[in-house]
Amino acid sequence: MENRIGVYICHCGTNIAGKVDVEKVREYASHLKNVVIARTYMFMCSEPGQEMIIKDIKEYGLNRIVVAACTETLHGHTFREAAKKGGLNPYLVQMVSIREFDSWVTENKEEATEKAKSLIRAGVYRVNYHRPVETTTYPVNSNVLIVGAGIAGITAALVLADAGKHVYLVERQGFIGGNMAKFDKTFPTLDCASCILTPKMSAVKNNPNITLYTYSDVEKIDGFVGNFDVTINRRPRYVREDLCIGCLSCIENCVYKEPKFISEFDEGIGKRKPVYVSFPQAIPLVPVIDPETCIQFRTGKCVQTCLKGCPTKAIDFSMKEEKVNVKVGAIIAATGFKVFDASRDSKYGYGKLPNVFTTIQMERMLNSAGPTGGEIRLQDGSVPKEVAIINCVGSRNENFNAYCSRVCCMIGLKHAHMIKDRIGADVTIFYTDIRANGKGYEEFYRKIMLEGVNFVRGEVASIIPSENNRLTIIFEDTLLSRVRKKEVDMVILNVGLEPHDDWEDVRKVLNLTCTKEGWLMEKHPKLAPVTSLSDGRFIAGAAQFPKDIPDTVAQAEAAAAEAMSLVDRGVVESEPNVISIDENKCSGCKMCISVCPFNAITYNEEKNIAEVNIGLCKGCGACNAVCPSGAISQNNYTDDELFAEIMGVLRE
Amino acid sequence: MGKPKVGFYWFASCGGCEESQVDIADKLIDVVNAVDIAIWPVALDFKDSDLEKLEDGELVACFLNGAITNSEHRKIAELFRKKSKYVIAYGACSYMGGIPGLEVSKDKETLIERVYLKGDIVVNPDKVVPVQEFKEDGVRIEIPEIYERPYSLDEVIDVDFYVPGCPPTPNVFLDAVNTLLSGKIPEKGYVFGSRKSLCNECPLNKTKPEKVLVKEFKRPHEVILDPEKCYLAQGVICLGPVTRGGCDSLCIKGGMPCTGCFGPLEGIKDYGAKAISYIASILDSKDLDEIRKTLEKIPDPLGTFYRYSLPRSLFYKKRVGDKK
Amino acid sequence: MNDNFEPKIVAIFCYWCTTQAAELAGTSRMTYAPNVKIVKTMCTGRVDPQFILWAFRNGADGVIVSGCHPPSDCHYEDGNFKWFRKYVLLSKTLEQAGIDPKRLRQEWISASEADKLKKVITEFTEEIRALGPLKHPIREGGD
Repeated sequence: MENRIGVYICHCGTNIAGKVDVEKVREYASHLKNVVIARTYMFMCSEPGQEMIIKDIKEYGLNRIVVAACTETLHGHTFREAAKKGGLNPYLVQMVSIREFDSWVTENKEEATEKAKSLIRAGVYRVNYHRPVETTTYPVNSNVLIVGAGIAGITAALVLADAGKHVYLVERQGFIGGNMAKFDKTFPTLDCASCILTPKMSAVKNNPNITLYTYSDVEKIDGFVGNFDVTINRRPRYVREDLCIGCLSCIENCVYKEPKFISEFDEGIGKRKPVYVSFPQAIPLVPVIDPETCIQFRTGKCVQTCLKGCPTKAIDFSMKEEKVNVKVGAIIAATGFKVFDASRDSKYGYGKLPNVFTTIQMERMLNSAGPTGGEIRLQDGSVPKEVAIINCVGSRNENFNAYCSRVCCMIGLKHAHMIKDRIGADVTIFYTDIRANGKGYEEFYRKIMLEGVNFVRGEVASIIPSENNRLTIIFEDTLLSRVRKKEVDMVILNVGLEPHDDWEDVRKVLNLTCTKEGWLMEKHPKLAPVTSLSDGRFIAGAAQFPKDIPDTVAQAEAAAAEAMSLVDRGVVESEPNVISIDENKCSGCKMCISVCPFNAITYNEEKNIAEVNIGLCKGCGACNAVCPSGAISQNNYTDDELFAEIMGVLRE
Repeated sequence: MGKPKVGFYWFASCGGCEESQVDIADKLIDVVNAVDIAIWPVALDFKDSDLEKLEDGELVACFLNGAITNSEHRKIAELFRKKSKYVIAYGACSYMGGIPGLEVSKDKETLIERVYLKGDIVVNPDKVVPVQEFKEDGVRIEIPEIYERPYSLDEVIDVDFYVPGCPPTPNVFLDAVNTLLSGKIPEKGYVFGSRKSLCNECPLNKTKPEKVLVKEFKRPHEVILDPEKCYLAQGVICLGPVTRGGCDSLCIKGGMPCTGCFGPLEGIKDYGAKAISYIASILDSKDLDEIRKTLEKIPDPLGTFYRYSLPRSLFYKKRVGDKK
Repeated sequence: MNDNFEPKIVAIFCYWCTTQAAELAGTSRMTYAPNVKIVKTMCTGRVDPQFILWAFRNGADGVIVSGCHPPSDCHYEDGNFKWFRKYVLLSKTLEQAGIDPKRLRQEWISASEADKLKKVITEFTEEIRALGPLKHPIREGGD
């Protein structure tokens, strides 16, 4: 049957038509070989646009479609579905990007028009070689893996578990709650973080649909969307979760009578013993033993008073790493953030000057369950009278992070209020711009201003020690354009948010894409903000970009809904871009087997040919590129299709 | 009805193709009995005029070997085309350009300079180079115009069938003769030999592991090859995977890896590029520097991967009858 | 050199990294030379050296192939390395055949590196403009 091609050129409002002379391009396309009809439309992706294609397929007997519009990533699915409704195999459609790859990146109108012509020509040449692609459907496992048990992971887990899905929640720390568990109060409502977080944490523990793995890492993910095989590595905490009753008598009975070691959870301003919990309401309430500091591990000669004091003999020094395999249909990455290490910017003196703290240390100091019991104290134990809060530390700075960390302005305002409220100190905020763009945020800012907090729009040049353990801040007042000084007792550095140091490893294991800073990439910034580029993997929370708790929770619920939409659908379409091997052409030379990264091809000795297991094929096409017999064809990327496309972009 | 008339001819050829035609041994008698050899200048005294005298289409088939390197070759080739029903490009040079096809000088002057003046083994103190026309003892002598590069036969005339090989093996020649005699004429452009690559018939293919990954490529003289084990798996470049079979694995059985004289299978646009594709892909290294070092050690990749096929590659291939 | 010479360049980009970078360059409205036309494959491992010769033969003055950063950005384990190996061997072959290997460029551009994409495209277009049109028998070829 001869090819009858319809070409559809989208104006995309003025996004395309403002640069590309769509009528001229349409006229050109209508004369290309096998093109039966070429049309333009204001918005091809709209209902009437799609209807136009469906109608033409029937009316003109079209059997190939070229849509010149945005990108396949964005609307490939839309137009394949339209073709399907018109009775065509969805893969007989070729999308040509004349927006992202042309009108948006080309200055000159004539050049953009010419480029559109060549891209469409390539699409038309290519689509001639398209063959129908049949995909199969696979059943989807209804379990969901959530990586990270901060507020994002916890929220998503509870939404899914309440809907009856089984959730495997994996947390690398010993206890869940993430950064939010460290906070005292939350802006702008000033409700206490624990009061809203701890009920959710215990709900996680008590929900039979949630299996919680703390002190654990996701080591490997095999399989594909709908059927992932996950290997979880459970590091030994040396206290058995099945036996521990959470009485914490091991901590009490530890040979160290007093906490001696720096508490990571308290951000360095508190101490812990070798056996510890993060805070008294920790989930799971099963202590962790740190072998780096525990005498038993260091010398092998401890009197083991912890074990003697343990009523259930849950302490087990011989615990080893343990691998757990679980099967899930969808994955949510909620791996969170870390705060900027303020010692990287030496002008602040962080780590050297005793009374320079970070916001997250201040959270621990303000927290009544924290190391100071909620008291704001200088290092010598005295109460500060004058406090400076410096915003944008590590953020909005080309040397560190160019982006705005979004939450720091509001944290600064919150801290100013709480310091004033608790100790009546004089508080000055050094800011670049105050960004208070959330529900109730601007009102909160106004309230804090009226409370008598000083605001200085200023760029801090350095902090130097002065007499009586005080600190002198030298700064440029950017409103007065003058260098000024201010003496205070305490400085709080409002540190920005960053991806974890090991984001590359995490990205690799989860098979996700990251921005150059290391934030997880969404499929589309507006239309698919919690979907990743990899099927079946969703993202939530500050791992995607700095965000506050309301946004994090909203995103987590959205990711849960996306995951649910996938697992509830029950089936998933197989990878369309798989390969096929023509056994009449295959010579059995095994080169394809040598290059297949997924062991999807095997050698049939009896027939002396290679055979593909399309369930394992992920559609990279490496075998197609090497097959010296011309026997392998990758769906949607056949040799003929690519040769035609390359010729098309080059022809005049 | 008389016996079908056939012709044999050689252009830029080493003589190996002629050898191969008599290599069919006693079967030669059957062939000679079945056909009437009208032109065979390498064996008997034939003149160009004998060819010219034939009626158009009088030869049922002609077997032309060697690459086209000058205007005389072209003239004779065109004459054969006129006189023959079926033109068969015989041997790698005629089919794909062959060894002479490796000439890559950028123009005729450079070519002549290299061959007659600057070549490594050239001693030519008087700097004598060929000219197309000269007079000696009052006689004007014209010699054919040399081309800037060698051509495969189908770059100058329309070719019906191809017999591959350097030289073609006895069985593939016999197959071609017998097929034509049987009257079961294949489709135009048919290449004799197997429909699958050499690996398919190679006695060593069963010793090839499923995953062939090579740390380093060695040349045959740098290693003592185990004749019982796939040569590619031993790290020697063997072009068996990308080369048409049908040669009875003669080189392999003789202890040498395949160098590709039977050319590509159908559907492969460029033999050398495809060879590069699989050879490079099976290198077992994930270190960019190491990859660069290891692969740059392969001497003369053009000569290795396009040994017989450069004029028929994407670098040059333009066949008579190809649309512009 | 011909002042009116506009180089024709084919860019073969992998879907996961460099095509995404090109989409990001679009949404970020970064302008670059219209000479470069993008053809995508799922992975650079899919790129067959035949594609490169085919592009040159059909009028390309330059070809650029870009994929995910090694060692571990590739969506298919090591397709980027497979391409790189082919690229090294092909470059040397092109040079022997009389085609300046600078006409084939190899890059790693991740999904977020739209700025790098713009820079590479601009740079390469100017480099090819300076080299002039590809004059080689490869252009004699038919289909």
